[in-house]
Amino acid sequence: MSARNAELLTAGVIFVLLLIAPPLLEALGLGYMTGLLMKAMLLAIAALSLDLIVGQGGMISLGHSAFVGLGAYSLAIGLESGIDNILALMVIALVVSGLFALVTGALALRTSGIYFLMITLAFGQMAYFTLTSLAGYGGDDGLTLWSLATLFGSKVVQNSGQLYFVILGVLLATWWLLHRITHARFGRVLRGARDNAERAEVMGFSVFRYRLTAYVIAGMIASIAGLLTAQQNEFVSPSLATWQHSGDLLVILVIGGIGSRNGTILGAFFIVIVQELLGAILPEWRLIYGPLLVLVVLFAKGGLNTLLTPGQGRRAA
Amino acid sequence: MSVLDIQNLSKSFGAVRVSQNVSLSVEAKKCHALIGPNGAGKTTLIHQISGVLTPDAGRIRLDGQDITAFPMWRRAQAGLGRTFQISSTLASFSVLENVALAAQAKAGSSMRFFGRAAAETGLNRKASDILARVGLADRAGILAADLSHGERRLLELGIALAGGPKFLLLDEPMAGLGRVESERLTDILADLRREIPMLLVEHDMDAIFRLADAVTVLVDGVVVARGTPDEVRNDPAARAAYLGEDFE
Repeated sequence: MSARNAELLTAGVIFVLLLIAPPLLEALGLGYMTGLLMKAMLLAIAALSLDLIVGQGGMISLGHSAFVGLGAYSLAIGLESGIDNILALMVIALVVSGLFALVTGALALRTSGIYFLMITLAFGQMAYFTLTSLAGYGGDDGLTLWSLATLFGSKVVQNSGQLYFVILGVLLATWWLLHRITHARFGRVLRGARDNAERAEVMGFSVFRYRLTAYVIAGMIASIAGLLTAQQNEFVSPSLATWQHSGDLLVILVIGGIGSRNGTILGAFFIVIVQELLGAILPEWRLIYGPLLVLVVLFAKGGLNTLLTPGQGRRAA
Repeated sequence: MSVLDIQNLSKSFGAVRVSQNVSLSVEAKKCHALIGPNGAGKTTLIHQISGVLTPDAGRIRLDGQDITAFPMWRRAQAGLGRTFQISSTLASFSVLENVALAAQAKAGSSMRFFGRAAAETGLNRKASDILARVGLADRAGILAADLSHGERRLLELGIALAGGPKFLLLDEPMAGLGRVESERLTDILADLRREIPMLLVEHDMDAIFRLADAVTVLVDGVVVARGTPDEVRNDPAARAAYLGEDFE
């Protein structure tokens, strides 16, 4: 079986399992677990978008959670302003995050490597402190959303409705979109520049343009993850935009296997489930969580993805 | 009409003048060799022509178009192909995809987000043709990282050709090659030189005397001699530059 077919098959299994999970968990009396699955799926969407710039583009950003925060606050501020249609709110989130990505990306992409990481961190912190200063929207403490977004008045996109399946749909769309982009001409240029930026330039590609485009696409997708996170939590706070949250997203990529979409989804589930299980067992769970991450990185170099497709390298596209 | 025309190019790094008023032009269907001892500024000159470095003064024209201020990628789009002294390929790409991506740069927009690039028959066919031409047809499917040194030199050339260049800059293409491999590459270049004019930096004198129509000798960033290979062979300044190195 080709690597490509293996990837599609694995994705199919993952999505079917996610589709049947809620009724299954309900039947087992574990209904409360669907909330965890939603949390993991939202992390997976944000991490998948980050993988476009880290895994395909080779640009390690420590400011990606800024876009998650912008998406969440687009929802909160939009709702406070009387806009409650989720599609309109998504357009706002996409525009806001897209513009933020365009401006910060154009500056950050003048650099690469550790400097790129530091500049994205600085822009991320800028967004974080801006959100904490929004006194009218809860400032540091965040803001409880007394009303939630609707789909033309319908509550289908809320926790009381079918928010789980909305998030699953967005995850599927994200996976598919990034799969297509990666294998399209655009993605090939991005990967070529990751391997050897000078070579890609000498071939005739403006590496800067391709990287900036990827950065904007990734930021926009992350904002949708943030918007849905706010909708699910019924609460927004600047903590979504902390650099630690950006770090969590990077950890998910490393655990899952950088450059692998299926691995990234598994990585998100691994993180959420391990944190939750360990957290339930003992309060000092981080003492175990830290070494556990070290073990995974040391002994499963390609991340969880290598368990799915043995023999496939980290460079899988 | 010269395809590549360089006028009074100068470049300094601090007090070190690596190019001093270098002028050089290459006409259609000609192979022009650039020689000189190590540290003469040959690679620095190639870097200025290809856009890795910006000259302090002077003009570079390609096919009549002033490309002095162009970034690297625009020079490539304008028709400048180059190979690197140290092989520069895409290690995680297959040999075929290395060349196909280079072909993609000249085949319409690459800001396409749908459709499998690896399945584009036009690009793949072009890449296959070029691999056959540089003698790598049977290596198409393997990763560039797994090629031998000599094969990577050939892939370098294949990548440069895939862009359909109007002019080729070849920076020591024979570097590190054995005698047999060198001759094989010289054969390929001999076959190409009437199609695509080229500027060849090389230490391999056999290759130069076989390929070059004209030779420029660079020493300490200054052109000290120029002419046909035979003229340069007998030029005292050129001989002095090589200080007893066998020039035959």
